[in-house]
Amino acid sequence: MSNNEQTLRFCSSAIMMRIKTPKNGRVRRELEKRAPKLVETGKKTLILQGTKTSGTLNGVLSEIYHLKKGGAVRFTRKNDNIRPFESGGEASLEFFSLKTDCSLFVYGSHSKKRPNNLVIGRMYDHHVYDLVEVGVENFKSIESFNYDKKMAPRVGSKPFIAFVGEGFENVDELKHLKEVLLDLLRGEVVENINLAGVDRAYVCTAISLNKVYLTHCALRLKKSGTVVPRMELVEVGPSMDLVVRRHRLPNEGLRKEAMRTAKDQPKKKVKNVSSDAIEGTIGKIYIPDQKVGDVALPNKAKGVKRERREAKKKEANERASKKQREESE
Amino acid sequence: MAMETESQKAFHVDVGNLLAFNPFHSFPSLPASRDELVKECLHEGTKLVQAVADSLFNLPSSEDVDGPLVKLPPPTTKLPREKHLPKPKPPTKWEEFAKKKGIQKRKKDKVVWDEQTGTWKRRFGYDRVNDDKDIPIIEAKMTDGVDPFAKRQDEKKKRVEKQEKNRLQNLKQAAKIGALPSHVQLAATALPITGTQAPPKKVTKDELGNVAGMAATSTASGGKFDRKLPGEKPAKKQGKHRKFLPVVEGSGIGSREKEQTESVLNKLISKHSHEILNVGKAVTMYNVKKEKKARNKRNQEGKFSSATNKLKPKKLLQKKTGKKGPVSSKKGKAK
Repeated sequence: MSNNEQTLRFCSSAIMMRIKTPKNGRVRRELEKRAPKLVETGKKTLILQGTKTSGTLNGVLSEIYHLKKGGAVRFTRKNDNIRPFESGGEASLEFFSLKTDCSLFVYGSHSKKRPNNLVIGRMYDHHVYDLVEVGVENFKSIESFNYDKKMAPRVGSKPFIAFVGEGFENVDELKHLKEVLLDLLRGEVVENINLAGVDRAYVCTAISLNKVYLTHCALRLKKSGTVVPRMELVEVGPSMDLVVRRHRLPNEGLRKEAMRTAKDQPKKKVKNVSSDAIEGTIGKIYIPDQKVGDVALPNKAKGVKRERREAKKKEANERASKKQREESE
Repeated sequence: MAMETESQKAFHVDVGNLLAFNPFHSFPSLPASRDELVKECLHEGTKLVQAVADSLFNLPSSEDVDGPLVKLPPPTTKLPREKHLPKPKPPTKWEEFAKKKGIQKRKKDKVVWDEQTGTWKRRFGYDRVNDDKDIPIIEAKMTDGVDPFAKRQDEKKKRVEKQEKNRLQNLKQAAKIGALPSHVQLAATALPITGTQAPPKKVTKDELGNVAGMAATSTASGGKFDRKLPGEKPAKKQGKHRKFLPVVEGSGIGSREKEQTESVLNKLISKHSHEILNVGKAVTMYNVKKEKKARNKRNQEGKFSSATNKLKPKKLLQKKTGKKGPVSSKKGKAK
């Protein structure tokens, strides 16, 4: 039995089962984070590569990792046995997804037939849900753009996302790609947002029936007459052309199950908090009774000093009397 | 607002996701140069972002330390979940029974009044109310000669076991429908065993190594040409485990058989012979006895004043002779 679990052995009918609960609070919190929730927080992305990668592909993968710094895991070793579009080649991906708790993955590989290949996929319950395979062309990395460094978007800020083109509506593959890109670039779903902190935007334009131009820009808010500032986009980040090669849509049953949302439950009542029309939010704090006798006095009262003096005098007297007694003996 | 004057160009704006989609734009002809393409894309993108910002900045905002905070509406584009919806926990057996019978849950206090000591004690835990160890005397019944304290302990143990069994059953039921609580895992400790329900003995590393070695040597070539797994250590004692003397050998100085027999004989004879003396042992015994005697004498002298030492005659330091001929009698002497 390892030290990290409290185990209770019990002999059941045929199979001996035991209940494992975490002994650590930290482990318990981690398990709770990974449990399925009613309202989901941001998805984590797993970025990994296949047997062979090219220089551009390496750049693409690291830049995607930089863009998603908070919620992404980057694997640097090559994985021979991952073939997302084949039936048996997904086992490794599912295992990694389970271990890192990532439900989005970006898999890069390079071959003669499919140069600079990127497979973007999603998972449902750590099984492959859908895949889109794109080829990267005309990649420009962050370093190749020169811009005023002060405007650089901060890590983790919520981006604006813009899709341009009728292809995204009409063409099946581009529609799927739009959904996947939205999932990938979106970040966390938040309720409140600080208007001073919006500083990045992704722009995807459908150039042709199977090509999309994706770029990452910083936002500049310029003064305008109204409350709404005037937006200005400055290209900062990576820009690339994505050519859709293959894609796999989820099967209908799985899609229905994944799209299901529970009706919103009434929010749990927070204890000791009430709201008043006049005063607003009121909280109740319970303080235990004060023990007046045991409290330490801040400044030494005269009485305390006098007590001490008298105690010292008494001791001196006792010692003197003891000595007298000894001498007399 | 000036952006949306053309009625046909209505963008799909999803403020919850900060998303804007323009489904009406198309490139009738691809621009010649890359720069122009980029410029066109950025231009369109700016229009869309402006549309989102229009709705975003018009939302009611509250002032905060870092800046104005707005409450975003929930996103309109539906995206698939990453994990299944959590299933509600099924009612446990007790809960079902309670519902059927109409038993209500009662809130219990953490402290209970203890009559015996006259204080408020915990309901469970360290210094609790009805603790087994607090009972000093139990009246003995005339019928059975059973230790009542042990009986109480056994009953408690049985109750606890029953409770754990029920808990396991409830968790198994929950696991069956997929509603196990997130911090609990059910693990099978052993595969079902038919016959005796003895728990399988854990095999140690050494045992496994021994068995592996035995299996290897039982092959036709004695395990010499087996492909070794990475990390497998070579067999501990290779080759023959016993060494036999050659059948035919010369009877010169180095004849091993002669040496062997000689050593055996020597050992045998020396054990049972009373005349053969272990010289080393005898010398050691003698020396030890002498030292002991000298020490005792010195101790006795030391108690009185040391001045008297000079008056005593000096001890004769005799030379010990090597020959101890009939010293075997010394062995028998007990001092």
